[in-house]
Amino acid sequence: MYLEIPSSLKPIVNQAHQVAKHVFRPISRKYDRAEHEYPKELDMLAALMDGLNAGSDQRSASVEGLQRNATQGEGVRNGGNMSTCLGLTELCWGDVGLALSIPRQGLGNAAITAVADAEQKERFDGVWAAMAITEPGAGSDSANIRTTARLDGDEWILNGEKIYVTAGSRADSVVVWATLDRNLGRAAIKSFVVPHGTPGMEVVRLDKKMGIRASDTASITLTDCRIPRNNLLGTSDIDTKKGFGGVMQTFDNTRPIVAGMAVGLARAALEHTREILAEEGVEVRYHGPLFGKSAAEAELIRMEADWEAGRLLMLKAAWMADNGIPNSMEASMSKAKAARVANRVTLRCVELCGGRGYSEDSLLEKWARDSKILDIFEGTQQIQLLIIARRLLGKRSAELR
Amino acid sequence: MDGEKIINEVMGGGLRALNRLAESPLVERFGLEERTQALVYEGAKRVAETAAKAAKRLSPTPSRGAPRSSRKFDLSLTEEQQLMRDTVRRFADEVMQAAARDGDDRGAPPDGFMETFAELGAVQMAVPETLGGAAESVSAVSQMLVAEDLARGDIGLAYAALSPLSFVNALVLWGDDEQRAKLLPLLVDGDVTEASIAVAEPHPLFDPSAPRTSAKKSASGYVLDGEKFAVALARTARWFLVAANLHKVGPRLFLVETGAPGLSVDEEPTMGLRSAGLGRLKLSSVKLGPEALLGGEEALKKVGTVVYRDAVDRARVGWGAMAVGGSQAVLDYVIPYCNEREAFGEPISHRQAVAFMIADIGIELESMRMLVYRAAGRIDAGLGCQREAYLARTLCAEKSMEIGTNGVQLLGGAGFIKDHPIELWYRHLRAIGVMDGNLLV
Repeated sequence: MYLEIPSSLKPIVNQAHQVAKHVFRPISRKYDRAEHEYPKELDMLAALMDGLNAGSDQRSASVEGLQRNATQGEGVRNGGNMSTCLGLTELCWGDVGLALSIPRQGLGNAAITAVADAEQKERFDGVWAAMAITEPGAGSDSANIRTTARLDGDEWILNGEKIYVTAGSRADSVVVWATLDRNLGRAAIKSFVVPHGTPGMEVVRLDKKMGIRASDTASITLTDCRIPRNNLLGTSDIDTKKGFGGVMQTFDNTRPIVAGMAVGLARAALEHTREILAEEGVEVRYHGPLFGKSAAEAELIRMEADWEAGRLLMLKAAWMADNGIPNSMEASMSKAKAARVANRVTLRCVELCGGRGYSEDSLLEKWARDSKILDIFEGTQQIQLLIIARRLLGKRSAELR
Repeated sequence: MDGEKIINEVMGGGLRALNRLAESPLVERFGLEERTQALVYEGAKRVAETAAKAAKRLSPTPSRGAPRSSRKFDLSLTEEQQLMRDTVRRFADEVMQAAARDGDDRGAPPDGFMETFAELGAVQMAVPETLGGAAESVSAVSQMLVAEDLARGDIGLAYAALSPLSFVNALVLWGDDEQRAKLLPLLVDGDVTEASIAVAEPHPLFDPSAPRTSAKKSASGYVLDGEKFAVALARTARWFLVAANLHKVGPRLFLVETGAPGLSVDEEPTMGLRSAGLGRLKLSSVKLGPEALLGGEEALKKVGTVVYRDAVDRARVGWGAMAVGGSQAVLDYVIPYCNEREAFGEPISHRQAVAFMIADIGIELESMRMLVYRAAGRIDAGLGCQREAYLARTLCAEKSMEIGTNGVQLLGGAGFIKDHPIELWYRHLRAIGVMDGNLLV
């Protein structure tokens, strides 16, 4: 039993932290104000990260490290899932919106890693892929999507409308969820890689948002959009027993990452609040009765305890994935806990710092806006609770709806 | 690590420069983006290669110090821990759950309970072979797991069972040769099954780092005065380990034998934990010999201060483990209940208002568990855990009570009556936020 960050992953954490500190933080406010302006600094960063990857022994915080590794009798692994989570934690300590905008690190890339076959992995190597699931009429009930895919010779024809696509306009490709047959429910839902520039796919609008404004959120329409047959990720067989299987597997890998993002953001807020309150003489001490402390100090400690829980749940879920242990419930737990804590913490930090927190003088108010999305995307808090409850109670989705 | 700092500085400086370059309109105007990016790629690659090499040079050679620096994040248990776990869980399921109600009614563990517990060998497994026990090495994680699994059976009885174990742990960790030779064999051989530890005091805002119970040096040893709260096995223990603030030295632990003049035990009726046989320990000019100070003369020095702090942290890990085990019992109980109980024509667990409460129990239980495990893991790794144990205590105090009250809520009226153990667990779990001290992993 040893729940510390392994020293083997510290270089990655360090690297990501330097990027967060020296690249993201200085331009954080700039792109919060200039929504929809492309952060050109990120191209340089992408080149830099590719270079760092090529030069180091280990993968850095890239989504390609997310493969599941079955245990190979070589003992415990601290692998790609953990390093990705830790890397994203650091990057999001810098800025969540910018972290979501790093070229070639999209959620679609995670989907490709999770479900693509070997040929596809090679073909889509180096692509920046966004992920398009949500539709105007289907959000959390993603089994209910209306976008269709119809096979015509050697091509799929896609039709439908997608919204809230993170990096949807900036990425090179979009991984689109579509159904092969609406009558067959979730088992018929497959994911398709659609490169930008494919006739029939169009970005029709960019959303104006409360937070993560550095990241583009696109609405996309697909009108008789034709893509090669082998752009369907995984198999086109409809296995009604396996249900969502393939496409949903992505979430077991991405939810701990979103937890990591929440952990990084909340840490930024906690650290900065401590600095600000220290100027007012509030010191955090890990001894003495909690109720003998000032309300501000006690609240900082309570928040830190909750934050630490989110962080450790994230590490646990990632550790399980790295060691080939099924982790659906733990992935949801980490996401549910870390995200709700990040939202509560960032909001409370604004309150604790008063005017210094609420004004644009510091980034606290921005972090409190950014944090809200973490409890919504990749499955809302309520969806995570449903997943966890079904697992604990042994219920099917038809029973516990 | 200086090398690491240098690497960070170099990287930081380079990154700042890159940012300025990227922002420069010149790069864009002259169509230099691609060439610049290629240069950046090559540059970064070289930096990473250099950093990787430097990191290798900086890491200690495998022959010395490797175990700590190369350790991986790992949630798995050792074979020894897993075996002990299986044994304790069986004991919790078969013996403790059946005895819990009786113990609560009597205000003491049922007859024979402590002897049955002693037969499990938990005390032997807490004492290293070199000191006459059966453990290859002592481990706070192992002790924590025992506490968790006992608490899963019943927190009150677990408190009773863990008290002699806490006493033994303190002796193993900090006793001097004489103290160990005198007391350990009695407990290891099972001649004495009852000993206890008395740190907590009955006043609000109690701080275990600053007990009000005082100790003064006298010509023949020490004199203790004060009161200790909710001491387990208070009427039956043969020995107590008592925390007292030694004048001009600081808080220390003292071995006090039952029957010492000035030592008395009062009734201690409480909301829960009753089956642990609680009593209020009163010390009125209790005169002790110099050999009563745990750790002997050495403990008067700075090392004694470090030991005492360690004891405070280890108590918090212990109560944290109790919170985890007790809350796990609640979760294990409400799941079948809510699946079987029907209302409006279907199991109540089909309703989100019920199901989400259970999901939250699951999340917060696992949250507590991770914080407690981490603190214990740090003890075994030789790292300090003051912060981690404090955070674990903070989280457990809040969340375990929340789980306790939601457990009763989920059973409704049935949760409020004594046909089910939930009301008992609710009363026990209130103790997590109250108790500080009185256990030691």
